[in-house]
Amino acid sequence: MTKEQRLKKRYRAEKRFKMYGLISVSLAVIFVLILVQNIFSKGSSAFSRTMIEVEVNYDSSLLELDSPINQNSLKDADFYDLAVESLLKIYPAKDSKEERQILRLFSPDFEFEIKDFLIKNPNKIDQVVPVKITASDDIDQLNKGNFPRDLPEDRRRVSNYQLNIYDNLIEKEKINKKFNNYLFTKGDSRDPELAGIGGSLMGSFFTIIICLVLSFPIAIMASIYLEEFAPKNKITDFIEININNLAAVPSIVYGLLGLGILLSVMEFPRSTPLVAGITLSLMTLPRIIIPCRASLKAVPPSIREAALSVGASKFQTVFHHVVPLAMPGTLSGTIIGLAQALGETAPLILIGMVAFVVDIPSSPVDPSASLPVQVYLWSEQAERGFVEKTSATIMMLLGFLIVMNFIAVYLRQKFEKKWN
Amino acid sequence: MNSLIAGVILILCLSSYFFGRSEARKLVTQNIKLKALPAYYGYYLSLWCGLPALIIFGCWSLFEPTIIKVLILNNFPQIESKDLFYEQTLSFFNGNFSGEITNEIKAASIKYSSINIIAQNSKIVIIAAALIGSLTFAYRKIQKNNKARDDVEIILKILLFTSSLVAILTTVGIIVSLLFESIKFFSTINIFEFIFGTSWSPQRAFVRDASAITPEELLELQDAFGSVPLFAGTAFIALIAMCVAVPIGLFSGIYLAEYASTKARKYSKPIIEILAGIPTVVYGFFAALTVGPFFRTLGESLGLTVSSESALAAGLIMGVMIIPYISSLSDDVINSVPQSLREGSYAIGATKSETIKKVVIPAALPGIIGSILLAVSRAIGETMIVVMAAGLAANLTINPLESTTTITTQIVMILVGDQEFDSPKTQAAFALGLTLFIATLILNYIALRVVKKYREKYD
Repeated sequence: MTKEQRLKKRYRAEKRFKMYGLISVSLAVIFVLILVQNIFSKGSSAFSRTMIEVEVNYDSSLLELDSPINQNSLKDADFYDLAVESLLKIYPAKDSKEERQILRLFSPDFEFEIKDFLIKNPNKIDQVVPVKITASDDIDQLNKGNFPRDLPEDRRRVSNYQLNIYDNLIEKEKINKKFNNYLFTKGDSRDPELAGIGGSLMGSFFTIIICLVLSFPIAIMASIYLEEFAPKNKITDFIEININNLAAVPSIVYGLLGLGILLSVMEFPRSTPLVAGITLSLMTLPRIIIPCRASLKAVPPSIREAALSVGASKFQTVFHHVVPLAMPGTLSGTIIGLAQALGETAPLILIGMVAFVVDIPSSPVDPSASLPVQVYLWSEQAERGFVEKTSATIMMLLGFLIVMNFIAVYLRQKFEKKWN
Repeated sequence: MNSLIAGVILILCLSSYFFGRSEARKLVTQNIKLKALPAYYGYYLSLWCGLPALIIFGCWSLFEPTIIKVLILNNFPQIESKDLFYEQTLSFFNGNFSGEITNEIKAASIKYSSINIIAQNSKIVIIAAALIGSLTFAYRKIQKNNKARDDVEIILKILLFTSSLVAILTTVGIIVSLLFESIKFFSTINIFEFIFGTSWSPQRAFVRDASAITPEELLELQDAFGSVPLFAGTAFIALIAMCVAVPIGLFSGIYLAEYASTKARKYSKPIIEILAGIPTVVYGFFAALTVGPFFRTLGESLGLTVSSESALAAGLIMGVMIIPYISSLSDDVINSVPQSLREGSYAIGATKSETIKKVVIPAALPGIIGSILLAVSRAIGETMIVVMAAGLAANLTINPLESTTTITTQIVMILVGDQEFDSPKTQAAFALGLTLFIATLILNYIALRVVKKYREKYD
């Protein structure tokens, strides 16, 4: 091999090597894009809900009211017969089997939706009024184009008869979409069209607040002690080793800790944001202490020396000068730690937050789910409607995480002093 | 009631601050030279007012339910299922009990209400006594013009030290909760069967009451908890993940550190780090609903049978999750290799890639190995991806297209939903947790040591 050939070979190797690096970086970036695109394309349709407009005859004789008509008597009344009567009129049905199929076009809550409309507009009694009723998940998915129509009937969830009704309703412009407020206001449900993340949103909120209240003060105090006051001895070393190890312990182990100590020994209420918050704060504590200490360490010694030299005590130096200067760093470390806690799932599953909770929790001691647990729960469900709901939940979760991380970066860039 | 007490204590704390400060100022008007700023006398009084009362209040609220329970159950030694009985009593007392009301429940609930009143009253009395006692003590000290700042600082320092002890407490809590259940587990199941057994089927151990296991049942249970398939599955999925993450992460790290322009680095580094910030349940969802079925159809078109919960899908996605851990750590490590080493290599005519391969990487190797070890420990402790995308059946296989299970998956599967405590099945989860804890601890310890040694070399 001549000199030139060898040189060419070495340059080719150089190009190849650089290309490997470029490919790796692009692969990682492409993967982020694929993931985000996949979640958004699946989840965006969850923000709208298919409604079917039905002429409802509010015939007061069907309600069998024994007291005068007012809000209270309407609340107690049974609207099922009235609702069924009006719903069956949308399309002719031969037999009871077809009637059942018609009712299955609507969400199981149709009678309550019809009732709520009348309670809001009590003057419509004994009138025929168009009311928009939430469609069932199957019709919803059909309308959003997620169900292929050309499959043979036995492989479809929607029968030919229902398809005919659907096409007929489309022709009459009775089917339309509206913004899905159920997604944010309702709790969990077995029916995808009625399921919402209201409950898990509140659960996550309580959990994160408890986690913040517990871990932030303790983390700051611990890091101030270790960075500013701790004498160099065995105990300090031991604490430091502990913190570093705890930061790397798998999260599921904290779930076992919560189950073994908080639930079975101390008998805290199961499935509640209280236990979740305590468990997650134990997990987050070391993850906050490490950045807090780093930002305390970044404050130059000259600040301390200046304060000490004008007669401040050690405490005054630390609390009047060092801690305020380190605050942007500590706050952004805390927010990033909380963002991790917000996305944590495994420990919450172990402390029983996977219970099926319909009610929206009103306090930290009510059973509830949290956003990531809701993702896990819904991803186990078979219905197509839950796939889009899960993706929408993930979008919300990612949205929160992005906002939190953005605040953390902003705090650091805007307020952190650059020394040197 | 409790929030009222806490509120009163906090209000007293606040007002005693102002009281202490004004008392100190009064001393000044009497022409006494104070030994600290007036505000410190306020802090001093406030701390003395709040801390003892809050500590007593906290401990009391923590232990009260347990003590009352023991006191009541002591009166009813003939009851068999004591926990259930106590719960029924409580719900009867709170007026939302549905079920058969026995005489014992009535008696216990009367007893409960009397003990409860005693407890409430004595709690208030003791806390009030503590408040008055500590306030008088502190007030006298202030009147003597003590060194309030020094005293406040000592109290604060103790507070700071205690909060740093929480880390030790957490570790102790983890070890105690894991060991306690594991020891119970290993007292019924042979530890060697657990470590070396090759068949894992904990569902066989559906025993209502651990004390009621007959010796025959125990013998039969011995080989239900062989965890080799779990260890193998965990290692296998971690291996697949590392096969994805190490090359991509390492090359990205090298590229970002050595080749990328400042601008490219500024934008691509945060994007890669997004991968580390995405919750693992999102990866799990993606792996289970997109990647798994994709591999399945791909395999079908190639004539292969791919399980929809294959080790490959889980491992691949886990690898993607780990990329940023390796890339940013190795980026840091490579950046801290002294420039002089590179310049020396360029000076004797080496190209950039030759320099990286022959000089930079060997110099940075300990740090890179450390980052890979940290990544491995993340991979074996990762839960949600494998719970959602890898299987549940414990197969001992090395075919990546089949489903395997991992330690973390089994812990979740055993403990999800309602579990009866004290059965070997639940204890097995804690034994698995202990194994996981020890394994990650060792890996982290080695990794941190290696990285630290390396840092010291070039700092």
